[in-house]
Amino acid sequence: MEPRTSPEIGGMGHSMKRKEDARFLRGQGKYVDDVKLPGMLYLDIVRSPYAHAKIKSIDTSKAMAIPGVLAVVTGELLKQYNLHWMPTLMSDTQMVLPVEKVMHQGQEVAAVLATTRYIAADGVQAVEVEYEPLPVVVDPFKALEPGAPVLRDDKPGRTDNHIWHWEAGDKAGTEKCFNEAEVTVKQDIYLPRINVASIETCGCVAHFDKTDGKLTVWMTTQAPHAIRTVFALVAGHVGLSEEKIRIISPDIGGGFGGKVPVYPGYVIAVAASVLTGAPVKWIEDRMENLSAASFARDYHITAELAGKKDGTLQALRFKTVADHGYTDAAANPSKFPAGLFHIATGSYDFKSAFIEVDAAYTNKPPGGIAYRCSFRVTEAVHAIERMVDIFAHELKMDPADLRQKNFIKPEAFPYKSPFGFEYDSGNYAGALDLAKKRIGYDELRKEQAEKRARGELMGIGISSFTEIVGAGPSKHYDILGIKMFDSCELRIHPTGKAIARFGTKSQGQGHETTYAQIIAEELGIPAEHVAVEEGDTDTAPYGLGTYASRSTPVAGAAGAMAARKVRDKARKIAAYLLEVSEEDLDWEPGKFSVKGSPSKSKTIQEIAFAAYTNHPQGMEAGLEAVNYYDPPNLTFPFGSYICVVDIDKGTGQVKIRRFVAVDDCGNIINPMIVDGQIHGGLTMGLAPAMYEEINYDADGNIQGGSLMDYLVPTSMETPAWETDKTCTPSPHHPLGAKGVGESATVGAPAAIANAVVDAMWHLGVRHIDIPITPPKVWKILMEKGVAE
Amino acid sequence: MKISVNVNGTPREADVEPRLLLVHFIREVLNMTGTHIGCDTTSCGACTVLLDGRPVKSCTVFAVMANGRDVMTVEGLEKDGKLDRIQDGFHQEHGLQCGFCTPGMMMTGYSLLKNNPSPSEADIRWAISGNLCRCTGYVNIVKSIQHASQKPAQ
Repeated sequence: MEPRTSPEIGGMGHSMKRKEDARFLRGQGKYVDDVKLPGMLYLDIVRSPYAHAKIKSIDTSKAMAIPGVLAVVTGELLKQYNLHWMPTLMSDTQMVLPVEKVMHQGQEVAAVLATTRYIAADGVQAVEVEYEPLPVVVDPFKALEPGAPVLRDDKPGRTDNHIWHWEAGDKAGTEKCFNEAEVTVKQDIYLPRINVASIETCGCVAHFDKTDGKLTVWMTTQAPHAIRTVFALVAGHVGLSEEKIRIISPDIGGGFGGKVPVYPGYVIAVAASVLTGAPVKWIEDRMENLSAASFARDYHITAELAGKKDGTLQALRFKTVADHGYTDAAANPSKFPAGLFHIATGSYDFKSAFIEVDAAYTNKPPGGIAYRCSFRVTEAVHAIERMVDIFAHELKMDPADLRQKNFIKPEAFPYKSPFGFEYDSGNYAGALDLAKKRIGYDELRKEQAEKRARGELMGIGISSFTEIVGAGPSKHYDILGIKMFDSCELRIHPTGKAIARFGTKSQGQGHETTYAQIIAEELGIPAEHVAVEEGDTDTAPYGLGTYASRSTPVAGAAGAMAARKVRDKARKIAAYLLEVSEEDLDWEPGKFSVKGSPSKSKTIQEIAFAAYTNHPQGMEAGLEAVNYYDPPNLTFPFGSYICVVDIDKGTGQVKIRRFVAVDDCGNIINPMIVDGQIHGGLTMGLAPAMYEEINYDADGNIQGGSLMDYLVPTSMETPAWETDKTCTPSPHHPLGAKGVGESATVGAPAAIANAVVDAMWHLGVRHIDIPITPPKVWKILMEKGVAE
Repeated sequence: MKISVNVNGTPREADVEPRLLLVHFIREVLNMTGTHIGCDTTSCGACTVLLDGRPVKSCTVFAVMANGRDVMTVEGLEKDGKLDRIQDGFHQEHGLQCGFCTPGMMMTGYSLLKNNPSPSEADIRWAISGNLCRCTGYVNIVKSIQHASQKPAQ
C-alpha cells in the first residue's frame, strides 16, 4: 500500500524511525528494577527443592538474626489476612505462600524482607524448612489414571486430577467421515513445556503509602488495568480500594505472554509493603524465572486427518491431554479453557472437524500462558501443518500441491470454519505462490532428488498457517468477566499537537511510534507531534493490555476511531470558520477545504487553535475524544513459510540453509517495525523447534532451569531470515490492519519440522517431536542405518 | 573495601563489600541503570560493559576487581550531545525493540568495531553470540553494526 500521507506527516506505510529509541539507546529506559525509592526494602524468596511435599516446619530464627533482615513472610502470616491463596485468571486457585504443602519444585515457600538485596539473599539461605516428601506425579497421562495420588486435596470432594474436558465441532459427523474415508492418517504430536524467557525477568516495586492509603505498584505487566481490578477484588477485604491502587507498567524488557499472569512474588511484595509501609522491591533472578513462571504449551495431541486418494482433505479430529501443572493459571479468555485451539482447521476447507481437550493437574509449576501467540494457536497450527505434510507424503503428493488443492479460496471469504470462526479475509494461494517463487521451490525439489540419489539428506518444509488474533468481540471474549475491548483517549492541544493514551502496554512493539502514525494518518498531525502514553492506570484509559497480537487490531482501532471523532468535531469547527456547511468540505490528511475552491481551507492546526480560542457558540470548547473499541470480529493474519535444511549424517545436526517467510497482516502501519516483529517471531519459532524445552525427571526436578540448559537461540544459530509480504486487508478493521507480532512464532516451527521430516521421509521417518535436537536426529540416523 | 573506578572517564570512589558485583556497583551504588541484568550466570550479556576496553559481563566480575581500572558503560557512548555511531546504527536499522539487551549489545558492537573496523556478517554474528536478544532475531542488529562500521569512529 502506498502511503497516503507525506513523510513529514508520517501516517500509515512510512518506515518511521522509532520515537522510543531515544531513551533506550542512551541507557535511559526506565524498567522496574531501575525504580529506586527512599527507604526501599528488598524481598527475596525461599523456594521448594521438592516437587510435592508437606511442610512440617519453617524456622526463621537464624534468618531473623542476620542484621538487616526485617521479616520473614510465611503462608501462616498471610493466612491471617486470608491472602495465602489467590484466584488465577482461569478462576482456579494458586498459593501465594503455602501453609500445608508445596506442589512444584521452585514454588514460593517464604519470603525474606531486608534492607539490601544481598542481605535478603543471605536471609533466604538461613531460613530452615523441614519437608516430608509426597508422591510426585509429572506425567499427565498417569495423573489421569484411576488411583493416581490426588494432588489438589485442598479442594473439598476432589477425587482425581482431571481439571476439565472441553470439546468443539461435530463429533458424530466427523466420525462418519472418518469411517467412510478413502485415506486416514494419525500421529501423536507433543508440544513440550517451554518458557518465554524474556531477557528482563519479572518483578515489582510495591509502595503502600500509609498516610493516604494509596498503593502504587511498578510492575512487569502486560495488562496493568486488569491487574488493578484483580488487586481490588482480591484484596478489597484488607482495605485496598480501586481508586487507591495505581499500577504502573514502566518500560518492559520483553513480555511474550509471560507478563500477563499475577505471580505470587508480586502479591507477597504488595503484602509486605502494606504491612511495613515501606516500598518493597522484588526482582526474580533467571533461575527463578525459568523454574517458576512464564510456562507455555505442554500439549499432548493425537491428531487425525481423513480425505480422498486425490488429496482432498475432508475431516479433522484432535484428542489432546493438556498438562497445566498444579493449577490452571492459563491466560485464556474465560469461555475458552483451551484458548483458540479450535483454529486447528487452519487454512484448509474441511467438511467436518472435532476437537477435544482434557486438562490434568501435575506436580509442575502452573503452565498455559501463550508463548508469543494467542491462546494455544501455535499448538493448533503445528499439529495441522504437520498433519497436512504427513497426508501429502502418504499419498506421494508434493506438500505444496496438496495445500494448494485444499486452501480456502479467496472468493470464499468471509469463511465460516467448521468450528464457527468467521475468517475475515485471506489469499492463501497467493502467499504460498510468492514463497515458492522467492525460494525457488521447483529447483530445490530437483536439487533434493539429486542429493537423495547421492545419499545426502536435504529437506524442504512448508507451513501455510492461519493466525487468529485481536481478541476480542465482547460477546465471546472476556478475562475474569472484563470484556476484551481496548481504548484510546486523544487530546489535541491548542497548537495542534496531540497526546494519545491507550489501554495497552508496549513491551518492545514500538507503540509510541505506531500509534502516533495511526493518529497522523487520521488527522494529518505529524506523528512526531503525537505523544503516546500507556501503562499508568492513573492516567491511561481502561484496556485489557498487550498480548495475543491485540494492540493494533483493538487499541489501534480505538485510536483510529477516537481520531475520527476528533475529525468530526474539527469538520464542524472548519465549517464555522469557513462559513460553509459541513457537507461542502473535503478532507485530506491535515486539512479541510471547500469543495470547488480548494484555496479556501483550514488546517487541523488552525482548527485546533480555534477549538480553544474561537469555537462556535453552543459547541463545547476543546478538541478531544475517547473510544472504547469492541471489535466486531477477530482478525486472521496468515502466511506461507518455506524452510530448507541440510542434515549432517555424522552428527545429526540440522542446518537451516534458507528460510523464506511471506506474511500477510493486512494493511501495514510501519513496515520497518513489522519486519522487526517478524524477525523476532521467527526466532521464537526456531527456538522451540530446535532448542528450547523444559523437562522434569520422575521426581519433578526441572531439567533446563538456567540459560546454560535452556537454549535461547544466539546470533550463531539464528538464520538470516528472508521476509516478504502479500496484503489482504481486514474488511472490518478501521485501518484494514490485522496484527503481526506473533504470526511468525506460530507458523515457523512447523516449517522447520516439516523440512527435517521431508529430508528423511524416504527412510521411513513420519514425525519428530520438537525440539529437533542433534541427539534425536542422530538416534534416528543410527536406527535407519545411515549415520556416518 | 575502598575502591576507585574510572567510569566513563570520571573517577568514582566507594566503600564496598568484597562480594558486591560490578553490575550492582554500577546500577545501585552509582545509580547508572543503563546496564541491565538478565541472568546472573554470564549467559545473556545484558550486563556487558567494557573493562579496560574489553567487553565483560559485569554480573560475573566483582566491583573490587575493577579497582583502579577503566569501565565504560552505555552512558559513556554519547559524546558532547552526539550519539556514537553504534547508537545511531541501532536507531537507523531498527536494531532494538524492548531495549533491554540493547546497552550490552551496543557495548559488544562498539568493542568489535574498535578491533575490527570492517567486520563481515560472520564476524558480527560471532562477536555478539554472547549477547541474547529475544525481540529482534538478530537480523537488524547485524545490520546496525554494519551501518556503524561504515561511519567514522568518534
